[in-house]
Amino acid sequence: MRSWLANTGIVTMLVALGAPGAIAQDTIPPVEGGVRLGITYTPGMRPGMLVLGGPRTELLDSVRTILQRDLDFSDQFEVITLPEGDGLMIGISGGSAAASGSTMGPFVNYPLYAALGADYAVGVLMAPDSTRFTVSLYDVRGESVRRQFPLPVGAVSDPDFRMALHRVADGLVRGATGIPGVAATRIAYIVGKQLYVTDADGHGIRAIPTGGSAFSPTWDPNGKRLVYSELDQGLGRLYLHDLESERRRLIPSTDDGLNFAAAFSPDGRLLAFSRGGEDGTHIFSYNLAQDCCLQRLTVGRFSDNLSPTFSPDGRRVAFVSTRVGLPQIYVMSADGTGQELFAPFDYGVTGSSNAPEWSPDGTQLAFHRDVAGSPQVFLMNARSREVRQLTSAGRNEDPSWAPDGRHIAFISNRSGSRQVWIIDTETGRVRQLTSSGNARLPAWSPAIPEPSNPLRQE
Amino acid sequence: MRLSVPISAGLAVILIAAACGGGQPQVAVGPDPDSIAREQRIRDSIAAAERARRDSIARAEEARRRAREDSIARARAEMEAVRAMIAERIHFDYDRSNIRPGQDTQVLEQKLRILQANPALRIEIVGHCDERGSDEYNLALGQRRSLAAKQFLVDRGINTDRISVRSMGEEQPLDRASNESAWAMNRRDEFIIIAGGDQLRRPPGM
Repeated sequence: MRSWLANTGIVTMLVALGAPGAIAQDTIPPVEGGVRLGITYTPGMRPGMLVLGGPRTELLDSVRTILQRDLDFSDQFEVITLPEGDGLMIGISGGSAAASGSTMGPFVNYPLYAALGADYAVGVLMAPDSTRFTVSLYDVRGESVRRQFPLPVGAVSDPDFRMALHRVADGLVRGATGIPGVAATRIAYIVGKQLYVTDADGHGIRAIPTGGSAFSPTWDPNGKRLVYSELDQGLGRLYLHDLESERRRLIPSTDDGLNFAAAFSPDGRLLAFSRGGEDGTHIFSYNLAQDCCLQRLTVGRFSDNLSPTFSPDGRRVAFVSTRVGLPQIYVMSADGTGQELFAPFDYGVTGSSNAPEWSPDGTQLAFHRDVAGSPQVFLMNARSREVRQLTSAGRNEDPSWAPDGRHIAFISNRSGSRQVWIIDTETGRVRQLTSSGNARLPAWSPAIPEPSNPLRQE
Repeated sequence: MRLSVPISAGLAVILIAAACGGGQPQVAVGPDPDSIAREQRIRDSIAAAERARRDSIARAEEARRRAREDSIARARAEMEAVRAMIAERIHFDYDRSNIRPGQDTQVLEQKLRILQANPALRIEIVGHCDERGSDEYNLALGQRRSLAAKQFLVDRGINTDRISVRSMGEEQPLDRASNESAWAMNRRDEFIIIAGGDQLRRPPGM
């Protein structure tokens, strides 16, 4: 069969994905119940996606594996995985064509891909001089190349190369669906006293050096900096940490009291945060752009107000308040006026509600609420204020939205210890992101920008 | 007989004095063995009296020293007792910050009287939570728990400046287990002396 394919000029390589040839660290972790839920939930509703094999090297296999996993994790496609060992060889041959502009181009067997259920196919080929890849997105039904992404060759152990690869994956998602993917993002979280940042595929975990006990990280809207609280003997100071330079600075006005749970305004100019003091915990805002103007947004000796989150238009702030007893979700204008209940609840019946985060598109609010003694992640329609429960297995808390407004990172103990998990709010599919220690307080970044000294782009 | 002793002793003294004064050796006249014994007895009795006096002084000093030490020890023990009363924790129901009537109220009443009896005493109240609540909310809840105890004391006349408050949230559990008894123990206020702890008076009647 191999020789027949070769003789007929059709490419002959096994799909590397999920095959033993893939490097071990890129093994796709099992999803809940060991079932590919993405296929189970909405069969036939999503476009089929086939990542093609082709000339094999360890690097090419790794690149294909990373791309396929990113496409899978986007939950936008039925990623077609072919049964191992059935001898079906699907691939693409570059020859000298793919990246060199040859009029010949690679041979793309659209009818075969269509027969396999693919609406889109992705091919990865290396240029003859081995300095760059070309990743192509094929429109199977239109029998045409939809997008091409050049990518300088790097090592999969290089975080910048991996992030560049994730950007290509996001480009593939956008090219096929019009919606950007979230592979080129990171998630910050805390284990013990230590702040960590991981890529959204769970690789490249990095400890961020902080001074003490790090708490409640949050990303700036550019994805370059984090603000976190450093707890020390009942005091909490906020630090603005630049991830490129690894330099940090104290947010002025937070060297007094217990400051925590900060949130950037969408334009990055304001930082709202919670401060505990002699009259309880209240929400303040600080003008980072002008480095001034600490403003108190909530008052009242007998209630606590905390965990602010800005609406994407920057005009409103949702927060937690104990003004009727147990913590519940409220909303106010960004200047502190017009405070009102946001997420409806039954007094004496509904459990504590905490940790609100406004979705990037502004349509929803995620938070967690105690149900029979365990926190569960809930979503509220920001307009209708209808609430629905998203999780139920174990404890599930501290939701944080991906920039696509579809995925949520949260802490769950369903695997035994508290770990960061990701759920697709549309299909309910979950995956475990972290697997060591007891993680908490995840914060999903916006799209990570190109480094200041970017890889060469064309 | 009783008379004779002092007289012959007096004679002997005179004789010796004469002999010395006369400048002539009184070889013939040796010391009267009886008088030597008598003198020895006198010296012994004087020494005994002196010893007795010194002993009694020493005993008195020892007694005073003991009394002093006892009183220091008593004061120290009393102070430790007062310190222990200050340090005694109070506990809270899940997700609540109200002071529970009964045991916890009594514990706070005790602290109130100690603060009243020791005007220089200043304390810090540190609120803690169990691991179950929301991590961020627990910081606010711990703060609220420390404020609840402070408010109890301030409402009863203690100057607000004498009590500072902090919260550790769920960050410092006493018992790291995940069960009801560990959670109940971890939901607490701790009380720390920050000034005026060197001279603590026990309130009268306590």
